[in-house]
Amino acid sequence: MNKSKEQLLNKRYKAEQRFRLYGLSAIFMALLFLTIFIFKIFSTGYSAFQKTWLIVPVTFDAELMMLEQNPSNEDLQDADYYDIALKSMADLDPNANEDQENELKRMVSYFFEKEIKNELLNNPGLIGKTKEVYLTASDDLDQVFKGNYPRDLPEDQRRVSDYQLKIFDQLVAKGKVESKFNISFFTYADSREPELAGIASSFMGSIFSILVCLMIAFPVAVLAAIYLEEFAPKNRFTDFIEVNINNLAAVPSIVFGLLGLGVLLAIFHLPRSTPLVGGITLSLMTLPTIIIAARASLKAVPPSIREAALAMGASRMQTTMHHTVPLSMPGTLSGTIIGLAQALGETAPLILIGMVAFVNTIPGSPMDPAASLPVQIYIWAESAERGFVEKVSACIMVLLGFLIIMNLFAQIIRHKFEKKWS
Amino acid sequence: MNLILFTFIVLLGFTSYYFGRKKAYTIQSSNKRLTALPQFYGYYLAIWCAIPAFIIFSLWAIFEPTIVKLLVLSDYSNQGYLDDELNLIYEKTKSLSRGQFTGEITPFIEASAEKYLSLRSIAQSSKAVIVLSIIIASVAYAYKRISSNSRTREPVEKFLNAVLFTASLAAILTTVGIVFSLIFQTIDFFKVIPLFDFVFGTHWYPAKAFVRDSSEALDPSMYSDTFGAVPIFAGTFFIAFIAMCVAIPIGLMSGIYLAEYASSKVRQYAKPLIEILAGIPTVVYGFFAALTVGPFLKELGTSMGLEVSAESALAAGGVMGIMIIPFISSLSDDVITSVPQSLRDGSYAMGATKSETIKRVIFPAALPGIVGSILLGVSRAIGETMIVVMASGLAANLTLNPLESTSTITAQIVVILIGDQAFGDPKTQAAFALGMSLFLVTLCLNIVALRVVKKYREKYE
Repeated sequence: MNKSKEQLLNKRYKAEQRFRLYGLSAIFMALLFLTIFIFKIFSTGYSAFQKTWLIVPVTFDAELMMLEQNPSNEDLQDADYYDIALKSMADLDPNANEDQENELKRMVSYFFEKEIKNELLNNPGLIGKTKEVYLTASDDLDQVFKGNYPRDLPEDQRRVSDYQLKIFDQLVAKGKVESKFNISFFTYADSREPELAGIASSFMGSIFSILVCLMIAFPVAVLAAIYLEEFAPKNRFTDFIEVNINNLAAVPSIVFGLLGLGVLLAIFHLPRSTPLVGGITLSLMTLPTIIIAARASLKAVPPSIREAALAMGASRMQTTMHHTVPLSMPGTLSGTIIGLAQALGETAPLILIGMVAFVNTIPGSPMDPAASLPVQIYIWAESAERGFVEKVSACIMVLLGFLIIMNLFAQIIRHKFEKKWS
Repeated sequence: MNLILFTFIVLLGFTSYYFGRKKAYTIQSSNKRLTALPQFYGYYLAIWCAIPAFIIFSLWAIFEPTIVKLLVLSDYSNQGYLDDELNLIYEKTKSLSRGQFTGEITPFIEASAEKYLSLRSIAQSSKAVIVLSIIIASVAYAYKRISSNSRTREPVEKFLNAVLFTASLAAILTTVGIVFSLIFQTIDFFKVIPLFDFVFGTHWYPAKAFVRDSSEALDPSMYSDTFGAVPIFAGTFFIAFIAMCVAIPIGLMSGIYLAEYASSKVRQYAKPLIEILAGIPTVVYGFFAALTVGPFLKELGTSMGLEVSAESALAAGGVMGIMIIPFISSLSDDVITSVPQSLRDGSYAMGATKSETIKRVIFPAALPGIVGSILLGVSRAIGETMIVVMASGLAANLTLNPLESTSTITAQIVVILIGDQAFGDPKTQAAFALGMSLFLVTLCLNIVALRVVKKYREKYE
């Protein structure tokens, strides 16, 4: 009898431990996912910050470039660089036939002509001389050099030919292939060629959309929060507003995209694919988030502050504007930043309003067509080229970096400036 | 032009503020009592500047295009054109005046483009003149009116109150905008496709409804069996179900652990770390699911002799589940912490272990709140777009095999609307109809969930 009691107790303790273990392993699982996730992104993405260059000797032959004696700067601008560019690539293998010359040309990006031109423009004294010029390697060779390319595939399944690999290996052996920090990833706009694709256009698109979103959502949300928290009478109508706000915060983002498409584009005829429309759409999405945060921080201001101001003869408006609102600002601001961070990572509504269009120029204003960072991730992830995989991961790293900075900033504002009442 | 005018009006506003305050000071210096602080006199004048400007600007924005159009088209009024043709002519005129016209330029169009441009410039300059003169008149009138005993604080505060109230309507306007943008397309859609076919049809194949020319669109028979949404709805709920199978156990257990077992130190670090999962953009999850999880599951399946699609519902649903973990864990954590301590103490006093207390006392007490958080999670899973678009299939299969690919409402909306859309095409309208059903489903879920959570909070507060 006594024993069975002990057994029962043991069983109960075991159950207790098991339950605890379930809880711990659940947390462990969640954190494991996070780790795998971050690891995966970083391990595929870090190599995109390096870019492979071929160092090719270029002879700046004045005749081939159709240059006269003592050319002016304009002559240099208008000169023909294609022939010398082609020749310098062909010279990598003196025995190459015509097909092979074509293959040699495809070992570098189609910017090679421009790269050679820039070299000469920077140093006009090179005419008639030979100089080694850094040319961007094609995306496949870039991947070969980084070790991401399955070289052992049969030749007809590869985009790099055996011949190209042979020449490339010779260049590597001679030390004529170099890997350098990939500045163009940050300064170039999008491109169909992975080796020339950069995030500058989508980055500017994101910045413009977020600015438009901030300029619309912040004032409207703060004013709305002030009204609802400080002035609104408690009646059916304000209840209705409240239900609306809470519901909007949980409406799927794609529905806002349909709103942008059906109202902003179809009825107001705002320009498609622009950060302006994207920003307005995102602002409608962030509005409830900011309103909820601003109301919470207005609510956190103790009534004693209001009562003191009212006792000194301030009107309700003065009390609110001079005392309550400034005291609630840290909480409101950090809520705003968190809302903007959400908007920054949003993709679906922007796709619907056409911000997925291929944009190979860097937008200069919110009225120019643009993509945004998350949309860029989507566009590249859907592309077939192997070189885009690492670009996607690198772009994700940039985006996550921004999100982390924004969230940290929100935390700092909250901890540094928020008054603790108690 | 508008920008210059706007700056000018803002400057006028500041000047009138300055004059208002100055007048208050003059009144004050002549030893008369003011009824409000001097700056209220300034604000008062500035409002007298802002309101007329706003009214005129809005009236102009509403009426100018219509009037200009009427005037331009008055040249064509006696020539027996139909309304549609007139609209076309007007569009041509406008694009020509912007220098974007690509078609053949007829002298008629050119003349009306010139007329259009001259009318626009007349409208612009007359707007400037009217706005400025009315503002100056109204400010001058107000300036004369204010005296020592006039009330200025009350009108200013009333105005501010009105502004605040208007801002609070933004949420309602957004909801109205959503319904408005969805409903017309949806109604048009159901004019062509019977509601019954949409709700009970089992073949979804919108690409078949590609319309080359508008006359084809009028023949409904060609759309039969094209827009049956059952596979889409089934796929949506199926993927959401898979996601919840991942998210509920992990999220709920970690919420319980954090609330009841974890030391404050563990809680301090683990909670924000788990919440990072909620902050990662969904497109990143989509990439992860498509690049890592999908191929991994496929290989795993092949090694076990199963046929797994690279775009399986399992990959999309599983990754979506990971995304939803933090929503469930932090909401249920909140809910559990708000269960009164007295309930726990009572249970411990009866000799129950901690897990027994949690299972028998706290969980039932917190159940409504937990159900609410799960419903919010479901609503998020149903509305999630990017993971599904990138990791799940785009073809709508009616299947309950998690290893095959399925499609969802959100994925179909994106597939249909990506690129150029022609409004009036049943395919485009179908996307809006899907959006409408998505909105309605999530609306119901949200309202129920929010009400449950709110009721629950009130119970223990």
